[in-house]
Amino acid sequence: MTGAVAGPRAKSEALLELRSVRVGFRERRHEHEIVRGVNLLVRAGEKLGIVGESGSGKTLTVLSVLRLLPGRLQLLSGRVSFAGQDLTELRERQLRQVRGSQVAMVYQDPMTSLNPLLRVRSQVVETLRAHGAGRDEAHDRCREVLYQVGLPDPERVERSFPHELSGGMQQRVMIAIALSVSPRLLIADEPTTALDVTVQQQILELVEGLQEHTGMAVVWVTHDLGVVARTVDQVAVMYAGRVVELAPTRRLFARPSHPYTAALLGALPSAGAGHRRPLTQIGGTPPDPARLGSGCPFRARCRHAVARCEEEEPTLIGRGEGSFAACWRAPEEWAS
Amino acid sequence: MLASVARRLLSMLVTLLGVSVIIFLVLRLLPGNAVTAQMGVSAGLLSHAQRVALDHYYGVGEPFLRQYVSWLGAMLTGNLGVSLSSRTSVVSLVGAALPVTLELAIASMVIGELIGVLFGVFGSLRPRGVVDNAGQGVAVVGLGVPSFVIGTGLVTFLASSFHYFPSSRAFAGLFSNPWLNLQQIFFPALTLGLGVGAAIMRTTRAAMLEVVSTGFARTARGKGLSKFVVTWKHLFLGALVPVVTMSGIQLGYLLGGTVVVEQIFVLPGLGRLLVNSISNRDFPVVQSVTLIFAAGFIVVNMLTDMLYTLIDPRTHAR
Ligand SMILES: Nc1ncnc2c1ncn2[C@@H]1O[C@H](COP(=O)(O)OP(=O)(O)O)[C@@H](O)[C@H]1O
Ligand code: SF4
Ligand SMILES: [Mg+2]
Repeated sequence: MTGAVAGPRAKSEALLELRSVRVGFRERRHEHEIVRGVNLLVRAGEKLGIVGESGSGKTLTVLSVLRLLPGRLQLLSGRVSFAGQDLTELRERQLRQVRGSQVAMVYQDPMTSLNPLLRVRSQVVETLRAHGAGRDEAHDRCREVLYQVGLPDPERVERSFPHELSGGMQQRVMIAIALSVSPRLLIADEPTTALDVTVQQQILELVEGLQEHTGMAVVWVTHDLGVVARTVDQVAVMYAGRVVELAPTRRLFARPSHPYTAALLGALPSAGAGHRRPLTQIGGTPPDPARLGSGCPFRARCRHAVARCEEEEPTLIGRGEGSFAACWRAPEEWAS
Repeated sequence: MLASVARRLLSMLVTLLGVSVIIFLVLRLLPGNAVTAQMGVSAGLLSHAQRVALDHYYGVGEPFLRQYVSWLGAMLTGNLGVSLSSRTSVVSLVGAALPVTLELAIASMVIGELIGVLFGVFGSLRPRGVVDNAGQGVAVVGLGVPSFVIGTGLVTFLASSFHYFPSSRAFAGLFSNPWLNLQQIFFPALTLGLGVGAAIMRTTRAAMLEVVSTGFARTARGKGLSKFVVTWKHLFLGALVPVVTMSGIQLGYLLGGTVVVEQIFVLPGLGRLLVNSISNRDFPVVQSVTLIFAAGFIVVNMLTDMLYTLIDPRTHAR
């Protein structure tokens, strides 16, 4: 697995690199894997999309970066390096200097991501204070970022409690918190999924604009391939806890190398047409990660499966133009 | 906000009025009356004229309603009556006993909150760790063993092993002899505080474990806040509402608990006053003390309610 690291050789330095990341939980001596060896690379200023059906392990993969895995879930093995530093080896105190200030996260549900008992100002200011800002400086910066994320009347917003704001406004506050310390990498885990369609578009444009303005790198997680079409440089498609295709966005949309990606694209009415359908419209359901067995995890839903697909799980193989796919069959053979 | 405080005050007064009616009726319906209580068996030796005069003096033959109204009127003007057994005013008796019970209740609550919150919070950070297991041990004792057993055990142990029994000396006021006072209060407060602490610990631990897995707890950790800020500002604050509820309930129980513990540790508080007055059939004292306990209970409830609003802004709307 370890060999299949993505992408052409460095145009610029690697910022975030995941190597053979496995996430799951241990029960007695047995390891239950949910994320089963993910390799990813994000360069400074680059935008990576992670796409996949619900339950494919996207959230757990990105949560493992800052060691925010819930409950008994843990990083079973693998390395997460950020700017050349192995985050898995850092002590809690050292990791705190990366959290929030170098790598910031925005989560799926803004309604539960802010503390309901604290005013917005307190939640923005504490982040700045934790990373070295003085009192007055933090308060000034708080107003500034709230204004920057397009919140009308920042003075009122900073005095509000989260429940007094709409979902879209709460997500803007989360983005403001993330941006306040000028991180080098923003990880956005489905930041628009819980919001109304019109608000989704606004948040998407907001993050795009801020990314252009600040030049930070972005990992954008979504279950909606349509969302990433215009937004990101590279797309990683996840299925059953693995990356099954990784390619530059244009190439992925033009010529997908994995039957799953092709199916996802087929479910999109047409790239750019406003109306999107959910991924589940490709037939069948994803496998239960607890009982995968051997062979390609997509085989039950794959129209191109052959005998070998039952026996052995494919790994990522280069397909040219910076594209990688984990499939025993090349697209040219799909016709047969 | 102001309107809701007014509403609560009003409902508190109504409750208190109801309680006063019940107390009044229960005491009048018991066999015997102020005169027999006063004279004991010698009441039987009174002549008819003497008897009538005394009944009239103590208001024995009057209709209940008139008795109640005059009693309530006297209460409201701060005239709690005169103790039948000691012939001193109830106000002075209560005035001497109330500070002792208040000090005991406050000290017990402080000990209980310290035990409960510290073990609950630190235990929840490492479930089944050393601190958590120690806390669970304390909780088993605090919840499982009644306070009179802990109290008598403590007294016996201290007296027999260390010949230490601060309660054997006359009770010292907090301001006149603080050092002796604290020694005399500490052990009874510990006795009551263990039970309180056990209940608060369980609640704190459970609430913390729930909050730890919320989205805002993850946000707090992901922002790079220090462990201290994450634990107290975010997790503990999030767990605070159930902890306050449980504290209110425990403080209520505690008022009852002082009656027992004051007997064991010979503290001259309201509880001891109440027990003595009941055995003497000293109506005016029993009535007043019971009413004070009831009022304390109601005030605690109201304060708990108001604390919710302070902690959770979402309760304003309701
Ligand atoms: N706290 C947890 N404990 C156990 N299993 C979990 C937990 N959270 C998620 N999972 C499992 O991990 C799998 C992947 O979850 P997730 O990373 O959230 O998927 P995605 O973000 O792609 O929807 C899911 O099938 C889910 O059942
Ligand atoms: S390996 Fe086989 S089953 Fe899996 S995607 Fe390729 S063709 Fe389909
Ligand atoms: Mg997810």
